[in-house]
Amino acid sequence: MVKLTFNRRRFLVGGTVAGTAGVAAAASLHDGELGAPPQTFTGAVPWQEGTADAPPGASGTDFIFFTTTERAFIEAAVGRLIPNDPVGPGAVEANVPFFLDRQLAGLYGQGQHYYLGGPWPKGTPEQGYQSRFSPAQLYRAAIAAIDRYVGSTFNGAAFSGLAAADQDKVLKGLESGAIVLDGGVDSKTFFAMLLQNTKEGYLSDPIYGGNKDMGAWKMIGFPGAHYDYKEWVSRHGERVPFPPVGFKGRPGWTGGLR
Amino acid sequence: MTTTLPPVDAVLVGFGWTGAIMGQQLCDEGLSVVALERGAWRDTPTDFATTFAQDELRYMWRHHLFQNVSDDTLTIRNNTSQQALPMRHLGSFLLGTGVGSGGVHWNGQIWRFLPSDFLTKSHNQQRYGAKSVTDYDLTVQDWGVTYDELEPFYDQFDKLCGTSGTAGNLKGQIQPGGNPFEGPRSSEYPTPAMPQTYAPTLFGVAAAGLGHHPFPHPTGNLSEAYTNPLGAQLGACTYCGFCEKFGCGNYSKASPQTTVLPYLMAKPNFTLKTESEVLKVELTPDRKRATGVTYVNSAGEEFFQPAEMVILSAYVLHNVRLMLLSGIGQPYDPNAGTGQVGRNYAYQTTSSVNVFFDDKILNPFIGAGALATVIDDFNGDNFDHTGLGFIGGGYIAGMVTGGRPIEMMYTPQGTPAWGLEWKHAAAKNYLKSFAIATHGSCMSHRGNYLDLDPTYRDTFGRPMLRMTFDFTDNEHKMSDYLTDRAAEVARAMNPREIKLNRRTGSWNVIPYQTTHNTGGAIMGDNPGNSVVNKYLQLWDVPNVFSLGAGAFPQNAGYNPTGTVAALTYHAAATIKSQYLKTPGPLVQA
Repeated sequence: MVKLTFNRRRFLVGGTVAGTAGVAAAASLHDGELGAPPQTFTGAVPWQEGTADAPPGASGTDFIFFTTTERAFIEAAVGRLIPNDPVGPGAVEANVPFFLDRQLAGLYGQGQHYYLGGPWPKGTPEQGYQSRFSPAQLYRAAIAAIDRYVGSTFNGAAFSGLAAADQDKVLKGLESGAIVLDGGVDSKTFFAMLLQNTKEGYLSDPIYGGNKDMGAWKMIGFPGAHYDYKEWVSRHGERVPFPPVGFKGRPGWTGGLR
Repeated sequence: MTTTLPPVDAVLVGFGWTGAIMGQQLCDEGLSVVALERGAWRDTPTDFATTFAQDELRYMWRHHLFQNVSDDTLTIRNNTSQQALPMRHLGSFLLGTGVGSGGVHWNGQIWRFLPSDFLTKSHNQQRYGAKSVTDYDLTVQDWGVTYDELEPFYDQFDKLCGTSGTAGNLKGQIQPGGNPFEGPRSSEYPTPAMPQTYAPTLFGVAAAGLGHHPFPHPTGNLSEAYTNPLGAQLGACTYCGFCEKFGCGNYSKASPQTTVLPYLMAKPNFTLKTESEVLKVELTPDRKRATGVTYVNSAGEEFFQPAEMVILSAYVLHNVRLMLLSGIGQPYDPNAGTGQVGRNYAYQTTSSVNVFFDDKILNPFIGAGALATVIDDFNGDNFDHTGLGFIGGGYIAGMVTGGRPIEMMYTPQGTPAWGLEWKHAAAKNYLKSFAIATHGSCMSHRGNYLDLDPTYRDTFGRPMLRMTFDFTDNEHKMSDYLTDRAAEVARAMNPREIKLNRRTGSWNVIPYQTTHNTGGAIMGDNPGNSVVNKYLQLWDVPNVFSLGAGAFPQNAGYNPTGTVAALTYHAAATIKSQYLKTPGPLVQA
């Protein structure tokens, strides 16, 4: 048992800090993701080159999460959530379906940052997300349940085959909860997630696969990952003339990369 | 199997703002200090470099810097008639983790509470009668510490951060351009206020026209380069608009990383262990003394770290839970009104008014975490509450923290959430709209508290914390009053239209509000009304100190960090001057 008195000089005689002290190797996994190794630091601020926690951008072009049927639903649905017209790109034109595919195939889809343990009573609206499904599981179950609902309501049609007005009617029914789905899917919960994820794909950095050519940013006038606006702070009411820039630059100065 | 480590003078449980400040103070006294942080190491160039820090998806919506709730969360409900269910996804508040914790992804809003805020019960009682502090089952009380006692320590934190602002009250003399309602400051801000962009400027003109007293928000996003007393250097803010929910790549936002760690990490008597989660504070059989803490690291190894002092420097919710899990003190029972641990949990009551122009380009993406023009005319008791039916208040701010387009896409009243109409509204209004925020107090209430959940457990098998909370009629009346005042300023700006986003209904976990959770380990003048004394020392276990906003008996209408830091410095000063000489209770019960 430690006594009640302090020994202010204890550290000087080497009695406290374990001999394993020193700057440990940088973690290969960063916080926010579980599983980084324990480390002990003493004597300096640690830093190691080549370990910057760069964003996990999307790669490839083929769909890897959505089946053909699911993709047809997603393209039809997000095309109604954000339709295309001369004002700016629609969600399909902005590559949002591909963004969703990569998000659901990855850590987000797996429910990273979601607590999914039971039991799972329904809860009040104020208690928020109470599904046992990860986002990927919820999309899979919801799309199947919506297609069953649409099939039985519209003479066997699929959602993607409905007229735009009927698609909007179904989406509004999901949004309000008026359409009750089977398969353990809460329609309002799924609609809220789909709309949020669609806007994320529309307005996030193109590195994640959506916001193609930064078209949504151009439409609203957001300059993107711009770093320094100091000279514009006091220029009240002036339009900032910079075209948007993403983490991979912009076509004008990166030889066509976007 | 538990490995017992060599003893140390002090162990810090959690390593954000309070842990860094207390660690630095104790190490300078020559104590051996070990900090245990359950998250990972973080530094500016590795974790939030300017080349990738402005990532709304990853940091805001994918929670990259926040506590991962997949293995440990808390349960929530509005009242005791409901079953508490897990907070399965972060929303209303964004818990920190990792070195620096919430100090990494805060906005940098640095406030002092009003002198009267520390006397919530006695001040209101005196001015508005005994009923004003017991209406709606309020359980407000005085802090047991005064503004005057804390002022030197507020000042110390300002100098650590290099806070940018304009003083409104220097040693009792009201200053032009500052907040005339603030308590007296012993010195001017270390750096001048940030120049304001268009929207906050328009807000200030309109507010002044209504007879209010606008001033620049005091900020830890620095207006110019600054070197603090620990030798840490901060740079001038570039207004990139990614502060709250993000780390600053430019060393412009005060954080443990930019103000304390370069100094503290170099100390030979300081050790930091990351990915190390404290499971329990170990007590002697009579529960009057802590012997150290038991923790487990991410490799699954369990250790006992003996220590002369245990400093609970984790977030409010974790500190309270750790006390409950360790058998410290008596848990609060809302029916019997007995027990102190978990009592007087409170929050922050926010609302906003969106303002839409046709003829003014506001460029909302030019922003900073505390870039705002503020009026304090309706905060605390800065206005006469007679006949209003509530106590408390808040500041109203024309504020532009940034124009992150997923989160901050304001559309007019009645605009659908999707479809062509939404898209057209977004395209039309993004550059020409902004939000006026109201940031209101939250009084404590008999039914709002923290305890352990009877059903849900974390990966270690420990009960989760259970939060029972709802806004009371006092908070709704107060917030409506603030929202109406904000709307008056909004209309005085002559916009095309405005939209009121009132705080209605029960507390809802989904939409982000603030990470200003308070109470549960409150301070007071005796063990019958509090968990800690004015020096944040536990009445029941005097070699344990509980830092942070858990000590707030109720929450004022300001962001908490300035007061959290001042309380920490105040505690450290007395630990150094008294406790280390004679370990034991600093206030006799």
